[in-house]
Amino acid sequence: MRYAFPFTAIVAQDEMKLALLIAAIDPSVGGVLVLGDRGTGKSTAVRALAALLPHMAVIEGCRFNGDPRTGCSAGSHCSACSSDKAGGVRHEPVPVVDLPLGATEDRVVGALNLEKALLSGLKEFEPGLLARAHRGFLYIDEVNLLEDHLVDLLLDVSASGENVVERDGLSVRHAARFVLVGSGNPEEGELRPQLLDRFGLSLDIETPQDIKTRVEIVKRRDAFDRDPAGFVAAWSAAEAETRQQLVDARARLSGVASPDHALERAAQICMEAGADGLRGELTLVRAARALAALEGDSAVSDQHLRHVAPLVLRHRLRRDPLDETGETARVDRAIREVFGSSGERHVI
Amino acid sequence: MSGDAAGADTVWSDAIKAAHVLALDPHGIGGIWVRCRRGGAVEQWLAYMQQCLKADVPYVRIPLNADDGRLLGGLDLASTLGAGTPIVERGLLAEAHGGIALLPNAECVRPGTLYALAAALDNGALAIERDGMSVRIESRIGVVALDEGGELAAPALRERLALQLDLTAVRAQNACAMPVDRTSLERARAALASVDVPAEAIEAICSACVALGIGSMRASLFAIKVARASAALAGRETIENEDLAFAVRLVLAPRATQIPAEQPAEQPDEEEEAPPPTEPPGNESADTTNKNEIDPQHLDDLLVAAAAAALPQSILDALRSGSQANRRKGAFGRSGTKQKSQIHGRRLGARRGDPRRGSPLDLIATLRAAAPWQTLRRREARTLRSTQVQDGMTHGMHIRAMDFRVRQFKNKRETSTIFVVDASGSAALHRLAEAKGAIELLLADCYSRRDHVALVSFRGKSANVLLPPTRSLARVKRQVTALPGGGGTPLAAAADCAVALADAESRKGRTPSVVFLTDGKANIDRKGAATRDGAMVDALSAGRAMRLSKCPAIVIDTSPRPSVQSGQFAAEMGAKYVLLPYAGAHALSDAVKKIK
Repeated sequence: MRYAFPFTAIVAQDEMKLALLIAAIDPSVGGVLVLGDRGTGKSTAVRALAALLPHMAVIEGCRFNGDPRTGCSAGSHCSACSSDKAGGVRHEPVPVVDLPLGATEDRVVGALNLEKALLSGLKEFEPGLLARAHRGFLYIDEVNLLEDHLVDLLLDVSASGENVVERDGLSVRHAARFVLVGSGNPEEGELRPQLLDRFGLSLDIETPQDIKTRVEIVKRRDAFDRDPAGFVAAWSAAEAETRQQLVDARARLSGVASPDHALERAAQICMEAGADGLRGELTLVRAARALAALEGDSAVSDQHLRHVAPLVLRHRLRRDPLDETGETARVDRAIREVFGSSGERHVI
Repeated sequence: MSGDAAGADTVWSDAIKAAHVLALDPHGIGGIWVRCRRGGAVEQWLAYMQQCLKADVPYVRIPLNADDGRLLGGLDLASTLGAGTPIVERGLLAEAHGGIALLPNAECVRPGTLYALAAALDNGALAIERDGMSVRIESRIGVVALDEGGELAAPALRERLALQLDLTAVRAQNACAMPVDRTSLERARAALASVDVPAEAIEAICSACVALGIGSMRASLFAIKVARASAALAGRETIENEDLAFAVRLVLAPRATQIPAEQPAEQPDEEEEAPPPTEPPGNESADTTNKNEIDPQHLDDLLVAAAAAALPQSILDALRSGSQANRRKGAFGRSGTKQKSQIHGRRLGARRGDPRRGSPLDLIATLRAAAPWQTLRRREARTLRSTQVQDGMTHGMHIRAMDFRVRQFKNKRETSTIFVVDASGSAALHRLAEAKGAIELLLADCYSRRDHVALVSFRGKSANVLLPPTRSLARVKRQVTALPGGGGTPLAAAADCAVALADAESRKGRTPSVVFLTDGKANIDRKGAATRDGAMVDALSAGRAMRLSKCPAIVIDTSPRPSVQSGQFAAEMGAKYVLLPYAGAHALSDAVKKIK
């Protein structure tokens, strides 16, 4: 049995945890981009969140992570679901799929199953990483070093929730709804602005410089490494509470209202910050709604917008490649302009 | 001299202890990264380390060219086709489970291998999704990565290996290893889990990390684990200063990005400066009595001092001169760009090859190649049928490994622009500021072309690579803005440096071009002597070398009036010559575009 580090035991990094929670509540927010140094707990947090989520029901043998309630999206291309003895259900942990840096396009989207084609002449679709990440997380370390066309493809699929394959004489489409989490260090190369814009949320992460926090991180991780079972057991109550919060938030999400004045505020913030396009506003409202659902509120309020605005807008500002002015500062200024300087950003 | 020898001895005794620590818990500490010279002490160290391992612990060498099939395991395509049933081969990483994976020449390892190793180190297991298999294999490995060349292994790998050791200074004849004391190793392994880690020790490690500018939390965790192993080896029940000092030397010091000297030294006692000498692990020091006397503040200072003392000279130099050698773009991305041509670009046709080496299979061409053989192969299969009844053998296509055709692509090469900036006194006097402005203009062009940009500056006696090729234009701009001026004009050195850099770039598969910004008034020759004539002769010969390297170049003359020298220099290089005062923003960027 392998254990994941408990999500609730992660010290500090509140912004990253919030961004991941929002993306887990409403995957249509788009991916999360985490920029920062190595060893800051990015990968740990993603795995922890996946482990926190309740197990999902999957059709027995289905390699597209088909949901028993809605059926498999690949139809006749899924050997398990098209056969007569389909119908079993197994419960599986939410998948976290790593995308290796050198991955080829056919491994990502899926391709013709060579073995079957060559040995028995059968034309069968071999699902790729996207199928495996369906209903879970797709984690890309060093996304800034990934080839542009792959990033493009991934963002496309994560936005549409569907993977369309037209290659090797195959014509397949299947559902691929996942939370895309990209991480990278901007010092090692930048992401194209066109791609930046398509991540839903982004944040800069750094190691806490406060020694007390660092000591706490080391203590907890060390305790986990020495006795994973005991550590996970000790945190199980906190985990269960957060899990319930998440499940409730997901159930509540569709009922959260976004009144006109909130939409107006969202538009104002985007205009003031100078974010191009409408994607920013859409995402801002969605993220605020997810936050409202998480906090148990019935409608989006200024507080929610204010809290998520930096996450949503930071990477959407029109920018000069040579300009180094902090994006966070610019978003904060816009927020102050819209809301006035009164009131601190609240913390959940 | 004797000081060097003593230093090498300390390194060697640290190396011996590192082998013990590694043998205790290879996966827990990730492994060790060793810089070494071929034929140096590394062979002895590896042999010793192997002896330290338990007899049944696997020790697997990962060859440079190991492909994913060999590394992760998968279908053995050739034998599968031959036998007609799927034949699965076991991967190297699965074989190394619970033991050591040795990675020689870690600096030039494939990105795919790096990824697999990183995943195994992080998760202790690998998910394999290939050839129609979907399995999860256990792979709790420790990695021993060797760097024999001047280049460093990818940061993503180094980050995950706790120990870092530099054996380049240790000579083979000084590396005498005593026989391994197995019983004490066994005792230490049993005691490892029960070693107590005092809170002060964690605090001391964390503040040492902050003082040394180490961002990654992995470093602190590794340091604690290594200190614990060190205590267990010495037979102690709790971590003590000596263990921490060892961890700082081998885990934290090599990762430092800043010199801790700025820390206010509250206790300027000389005795604290030197790290305590490492005792042989078998020699138990019996000072468990003073464990309650650890004074946190004192300990912090002690560790920082120990780290400062253990910083290798090369790192110190790099840190002092402000260039962050450790922040270089890693091999991860670099070799990724090389691979590009295998997988996309303009299609060129098909050729024979193994589809699992990265190039995609061209199914139609494969079938076409197999077609003429079908009658023969079917007849062959029919004669086999009496001994081996296989369904797929008598009907359907018969395809053998020799039929495989893979697609080939032609890819547009990436470009890189190398800026060589004259920061000498004469240039500074005239128009260094304007040159800086011109560079910023050109950078915007580089951005739109997605160029890699490198920055070389020359002044005084030599030329320096301020920034190795990067895509982060913000960094280039920062460096250009901070560029100081003054001193002689070593134009020959600058041209030599540019040739070397351009050569390195083209070997990486990029197309380099060089932009010189100079007034051409060379007055320092290749030897560093200040002779105007000799300097010019050298500069022109360096220019010819540049022309021979066939790297397109442009000289932007920064002197107020056209200078004869820079014209000559440009002509010798076969470079385009532009005079800065007349080159407006557009003329400049046009000129640079045209040399591509």
